Amino acid sequence: MFVGLDMGGTHTDAVLIEKGRVSRHYKTVTDAADFVGTIRRALEALLAGINLDAVRSINLSTTICTNAVITGRTSPVGLLLEPGPGMNPAVLTCGQKNFILSGSIDHRGRPTSPLVEAEIKNADRELQRAGIRHLAIVGKFSTRNPEHEVAIKEALSVEYDFITLGHRLSGRLNFPRRVFTAYLNSAVAATYRSFAAAITDFVMQKGLTIAPHILKADGGTMTIEASQERPVETILSGPAASIMGALALMPVEQDAVILDIGGTTTDIAFLAGGVPLFEPQGITLTGFPTLVRALFSHSLGLGGDSCVNSKEGRLTIGPERRGPALALGGPTVTPTDALITLGRLDVGDKTLARRGLTKLGDELGLSPESAATVVLRQMAEEIARCCRTLLDKINDRPVYTVREVLEGRQIKPAQVIAIGAPAPLLAPELEKAFALPVIVPDLAGVANAVGAALSRPTTELTLLADTEEGVLTVPEEGIRERIPGSYNLEQAKKRALELLRSRYTRLTREVEEDKLEIIEEQVFNMVSGFYTTGKNIRIKAQVKPRVIPLKGDGDHV
Amino acid sequence: MYKASRRIGLVFFPAFDWAISPTHPEREERLLYTQDQVLEEGILDIEGIREYRPHLAAVADVERVHVCVPDVMSRVTESHLIAAGGAIVAAEAVLKGEVDRAFAIVRPPGHHAMRIVHGARGFCTINIEAIMIEYLRRHYGNKRIAIVDTDCHHGDGSQDIYWHDPDTLYISIHQDGRTLYPGTGFLNEFGGPNAFGYNLNLPLPPETGEEGFLYALEHCILPVLDDFKPDLIINSAGQDNHYTDPITNMRFSAQGYARLNDRLQPHIAVLEGGYSIEGALPYVNVGIILAMAGLDYTYVREPDYNPARVAQSPKVRDYIARLCEETYQAWRRRDELREEFIRDQKEISRRRQIYYDTEGLLENQEETTLVCHACGGLSWIDSRTDRGSHVLAIFIPRDACPRCREEGHNLFERSSRQTYRDGVFLQDRVADRLFTK
Ligand SMILES: [Zn+2]
Ligand SMILES: [Zn+2]
Ligand SMILES: [Zn+2]
Repeated sequence: MFVGLDMGGTHTDAVLIEKGRVSRHYKTVTDAADFVGTIRRALEALLAGINLDAVRSINLSTTICTNAVITGRTSPVGLLLEPGPGMNPAVLTCGQKNFILSGSIDHRGRPTSPLVEAEIKNADRELQRAGIRHLAIVGKFSTRNPEHEVAIKEALSVEYDFITLGHRLSGRLNFPRRVFTAYLNSAVAATYRSFAAAITDFVMQKGLTIAPHILKADGGTMTIEASQERPVETILSGPAASIMGALALMPVEQDAVILDIGGTTTDIAFLAGGVPLFEPQGITLTGFPTLVRALFSHSLGLGGDSCVNSKEGRLTIGPERRGPALALGGPTVTPTDALITLGRLDVGDKTLARRGLTKLGDELGLSPESAATVVLRQMAEEIARCCRTLLDKINDRPVYTVREVLEGRQIKPAQVIAIGAPAPLLAPELEKAFALPVIVPDLAGVANAVGAALSRPTTELTLLADTEEGVLTVPEEGIRERIPGSYNLEQAKKRALELLRSRYTRLTREVEEDKLEIIEEQVFNMVSGFYTTGKNIRIKAQVKPRVIPLKGDGDHV
Repeated sequence: MYKASRRIGLVFFPAFDWAISPTHPEREERLLYTQDQVLEEGILDIEGIREYRPHLAAVADVERVHVCVPDVMSRVTESHLIAAGGAIVAAEAVLKGEVDRAFAIVRPPGHHAMRIVHGARGFCTINIEAIMIEYLRRHYGNKRIAIVDTDCHHGDGSQDIYWHDPDTLYISIHQDGRTLYPGTGFLNEFGGPNAFGYNLNLPLPPETGEEGFLYALEHCILPVLDDFKPDLIINSAGQDNHYTDPITNMRFSAQGYARLNDRLQPHIAVLEGGYSIEGALPYVNVGIILAMAGLDYTYVREPDYNPARVAQSPKVRDYIARLCEETYQAWRRRDELREEFIRDQKEISRRRQIYYDTEGLLENQEETTLVCHACGGLSWIDSRTDRGSHVLAIFIPRDACPRCREEGHNLFERSSRQTYRDGVFLQDRVADRLFTK
């Protein structure tokens, strides 16, 4: 049995999956003042009367960190930055206290100017005086050589509660994003720690022997234990839950569009050969661009509750939502009212819905039924248009080698997978607007919780080897060690996979050997004057996000 | 977060899988550290900065500018077409109004490639700026264009391509040709008979520091641009003037490049040379991008920067002051000087030797130009190489008058493969076609 819980802004869904089917489903309202209580309540109800020994995993997707950031209920953070030469660092000072320190590391990881001890001591004193307990230490190019970040930490007093070192978050280059990610990580650490403790308690009280996992924005999971070092990775995992849910319900091997049609928005994602696309850089939260790896998802302000207006004979839908449908006591006509008027949906007061569409129809010179049809058609067309624009952009993403320009792999969706409550009712219009088959899997309404339940652990790692300098660096693991001048790509790949395996074991305890993969490998000669002096090897390895298909073989689930 | 005060388009094409040879300075990792720096600074996240994917230039785009012997595809690799295509993508972003400025950080470079291409010269095979400019003129209407070439080497290819074009002002600032490849680029190289004065060279002495570059900009280049009033300013952004460059002798810095671009404000910059791939390129490119975007570049600095490395001697200062004065005066008197140069000649010829350093090939050209007051004038080149190749290339300019155009076609008809055994080429820019036989 697999347990999945998806906490959304308004609702929290929990599912129990047994023998490849959803055997129980529990839905409750999310109590923004008590997330832990909401989760406990949902799990209690879901697991009532269940033999807990049969539960193999509990995966949770939670908005707790996202919410802490959005509502500003975060801990004050002291930021220690080593920006070195380059851009003006003034806009990066997002902490409650910020210190710009001397010292610099270059793109090869060579220290080009030293740290100044007195500056660090001074920062330490000021942070102590201000009572700040959470820190983030971030240097430019620290992923190429973390020694300055580590040295700054060591020069500080030991009393801090939580310190994020930038290089441990991601091996990717992007100093501003590293700063914001480290800041957010430290800012939500305390909130997350108490949440994690509560969940761990709950699981223990229930006598469960399994380790609960948390869903990340990249569609993978990690243990609640491992997540406490990097709580920022759990932000905005909702879209990932829905994408992984759609994949669990409807595994495909083609290029496809995934639509999650909700009340206020439609979230759009894409599959390339059945594998979800990533955000090229990382997720953005309340204006903070981060390095948090995430599945690509675009939120379009168009859903079942979007308000419908007509201006000079032109119909507009969304992006704002003023409340529920007219039929459910809302203030304006919505697509849901159109569905009710056309008899496709049987909820609320039909006469209210019809009255709204009659009025709209009068303005447009149409019968209520035609007006309702036009609303749904337009909604589907706007969704399809948005998808096409996104695809054009994705297919036009920059590439850096001759091979990639010539190959020009383009994503051409062969089908649309639609989930979310209004999805089955809109399928005919979507089919027309996309000119593609639209598949609405059964259980489309609980896809997010299913996605959470069936997602598997993920992780990634970067390895850099510089044979001229004779060093190997793995920032996410904080490794920096000597290598011989003869070190080569094969050795580097082998080492990357070994390290990925041990990292993976720490994150989840269960390793699926065949899921480890090298996703990037590059070797460059380094030439000084006109002589080759060494090799610059760059490797990225990952365990990619994947999901157990819901109706796969019964043994598996 | 940062927001650019001018919208910038970037085309970044490092061609990580292409090089002339494994230890050639123009090789795979040339833009690797620039990419590292650009990514680490988070430049692509800045609001108003947009990265574009390069496309392949078409053969016809190359033939609009060059006569490749025997044809385009036997001279270029895909990488060349992508570099030219990348420049086109950058320029189109500006002309379509999607961005205010664009910078094509692409390789290989192009400014040593001349009208006739028998092979590669100074790491250049086709002239990516010229291909871009002529593409723009073909698709967005004729424009007055100024090219300011800040590469340390004289852009002899760009000079050759625009030698007869009074609508294209070519200004090159470079290390004196007596001390550096390709050995050209002197004040008396002033343009062909129908475009006399529209080719300006500022050969700077070795060890010129940032002061000297900025002086030349303020006292010669900007005043000339004020007179010429171009619709577009293109920067051939060579970065080999840097004090750490291994193949040149200048003392320019990233701050200097950024300040120069801040003042010049080119609409489009296209990367040329620059072979200090670790010590200079990452910082210079970031400085230029920030300057073009109107962002603060004062924190951009090489790790080993110090004022002594960019200082220049008083002798250099005096020399540059005289040079700028002389060049500016020549520019002001260009019409007068043109009359003296032409006197009453109907056509003007010149002979030159062109060395292709990559293949060790020597070309002998005899070029003739019709003196014409109505257009850029018909010109043709009889070209022989020391490998025994012999071709005739005829050039009808974009704005050709009926006489020049007709004479060009007549010459093409008259000339036979018997005389020019490796081909007769007619580049008719009016028809936008290359005829060959
Ligand atoms: Zn030049
Ligand atoms: Zn050069
Ligand atoms: Zn003429």
